[in-house]
Amino acid sequence: MKRIKPSTLLFVAASIAVFAIVQVLFNTGILNAFWSGIIRLAAVMAMVSLGLNLIYGFNGQFSLGQFGFYAIGAYTAADITYRWEQLHSALGLTVVLAAGVLMGLAILLVRKIVVKLRGLDTLSAFAMYLVGVILAAIVAVWIGNLLAQPATSLFAILPEKISQTIIFFLAILLGGLIAAEASFIFGLPIFTLGSDYFGIATLGFTIIIKVLLDNSDTMLGFEEMKGARGMIGIPKITTWFWVFFFLFATIVVIRNLLNSSFGRAIISVREDETAATAMGIDVAYYKNITFVIGSLFAGLAGGLYAHINGFLHPNSFSFIKSFDPLIIVVFGGLGSVTGTVAASFGWALVLEGVLRLVLPDGFETWRFVVYPVLLLVMMLLKPNGLFGNFEIPFIRSVVPPLKKELQTKGGDASKENA
Amino acid sequence: MAENSNNNGKPVLELRKLCRHFGGLKAVHLVDLQLKEHALNGLIGPNGSGKTTIFNVITGIYEPTEGEVVFDGQSIGGLDPYVINQMGIARTFQNIRLFPNLTVLDNVRIAYHPHAGYGMRDAVTHNGLFELKERELTDRAQEFLAVFSLQDRQGEIAKNLPYGEQRRLEIARALASSPRILLLDEPAAGMNPYEVVQLMDLIHFIRDKFTLTVLLIEHQMRVVMGICEHITVMDFGEVIARGNPKEVQDNPRVVEAYLGLGAAELTKKYLKEKKR
Repeated sequence: MKRIKPSTLLFVAASIAVFAIVQVLFNTGILNAFWSGIIRLAAVMAMVSLGLNLIYGFNGQFSLGQFGFYAIGAYTAADITYRWEQLHSALGLTVVLAAGVLMGLAILLVRKIVVKLRGLDTLSAFAMYLVGVILAAIVAVWIGNLLAQPATSLFAILPEKISQTIIFFLAILLGGLIAAEASFIFGLPIFTLGSDYFGIATLGFTIIIKVLLDNSDTMLGFEEMKGARGMIGIPKITTWFWVFFFLFATIVVIRNLLNSSFGRAIISVREDETAATAMGIDVAYYKNITFVIGSLFAGLAGGLYAHINGFLHPNSFSFIKSFDPLIIVVFGGLGSVTGTVAASFGWALVLEGVLRLVLPDGFETWRFVVYPVLLLVMMLLKPNGLFGNFEIPFIRSVVPPLKKELQTKGGDASKENA
Repeated sequence: MAENSNNNGKPVLELRKLCRHFGGLKAVHLVDLQLKEHALNGLIGPNGSGKTTIFNVITGIYEPTEGEVVFDGQSIGGLDPYVINQMGIARTFQNIRLFPNLTVLDNVRIAYHPHAGYGMRDAVTHNGLFELKERELTDRAQEFLAVFSLQDRQGEIAKNLPYGEQRRLEIARALASSPRILLLDEPAAGMNPYEVVQLMDLIHFIRDKFTLTVLLIEHQMRVVMGICEHITVMDFGEVIARGNPKEVQDNPRVVEAYLGLGAAELTKKYLKEKKR
């Protein structure tokens, strides 16, 4: 039997306690709907920022594309639930499900071919992936249309509440999956760019997504998204339970990943690319996989966000907004999971919550003056971020003790440092 | 391949007419070099003679402009550095390149990553296989640190180590990737005389313990002449001499390359007088 560490127990217990307390506060009405929204938003933002911290803080890739993937996740999930709630059709679900699965299979298939054809240059590989994914998407639309009718009748049999929950849950997961696949395709050509240029390319991606969303009704043909007027009529079903569940899962997954050989490989890329590749680490692969995982969390968060207010507007995903997670990550500490979560909650509670209430009417926009000033003070006083690279014991990686036969008599140093 | 490993006559690494040009600059030009299995080889030459460029070509950081790098009968020129490392060639760097913000233990454990033995799914779930393999990997890394007497430092951040220990850690990390050939780029740079002696013993020791073929670049002649069995001398990107330490020391072209034109004549005269 595996022994459970006290730090793990403590973390799980504390998480359950936090969940229960907040839930009770909501139920008793001590925290009103306004604060409930803020707290759920904070948790969603924590997921986006954790994804970014993985990419920027742990892998060293400066990315501004996080909100692009957040938007993809949000609109994908919203479209699925919207079609179910408003049009009583599972068409959205079946098409996206087929697309997610088939595109994933296409990527894996092309990857096998690319690995076999060693020495293929990046752009031809990119072209192959792109063709594969587009073909998969076309087939997926066809299959999805076929399956829509049976799926709709199947979900109609189930009680309303259950079918809604299942579709919501699948929609969130699919939002994440589609965002991850998009990030894989998009990441391929631009990972040949150096760090700063990578940032600019990802910024370009965010802008492309925003423009596409602005014209989603005309250019893309998704009339229910209503382009720049904003998408309404999305069911408001992201409860505190769901955001908490996904945030908890995100933290655990990131913690487990980082405290493994893969995590160390990811961090080694940040530390010294040349040394990492000379030590047998496939730097390009780890950059790409980290970007995909980070975007997966952004996509999941996007789906949750869409169902908080039931309203999506392309302006929420503008490139100015895409600096929010970046600032949270820098504020909390690059390479600190604890710091990122704390900073996200701070960001939402202070900026979206307290300042909105404290500042007199008409001065709400002043919070964007307070915010940069806070950041400036922060950078001057604690340039490593609020938490530096501090982690709570559950997340912290522990240096394992030496075996008896390796210990030297004067081995006091190891005790001091352990 | 394993069958070849006892074959002492066969070169394990061979450079054939290797060229690496940067525009008009012939950093390495028509270099032939053979490394025999289990030998300690030295590569010397004045600054800018192309020694480190040869390392970079062998380890895949540069592609050869012309010519071939043959490892174990297989041409590896132009492969990715990580592939070459996994095939069995590891190196250290002239200016130490550790993972500065990671612990000493993690520095070594990263080199084990290709042999970790568990997948990403196991890593995310921290299942039984993960626990087992991770323990194994950590044990091996700690044993490695013990070979370099760094085990008491395992929890320390790499950049906080003193210089000599950083050098040792870099060699430990290179060895952890279980290579057959170890390339050392100026391992004794910045070490005091006492540490240099230790280093020479260490290189001998690891060569025998891990059955390695070693190629080292070094400016301290004490090290090169003391431990190398075979020395290649380069100047302006070309090989000007090769042989055992004695032969190389007596070679007039080597003296010329190091001390300038005419120096060879003076040396000859000096040697003659000494004989009398």
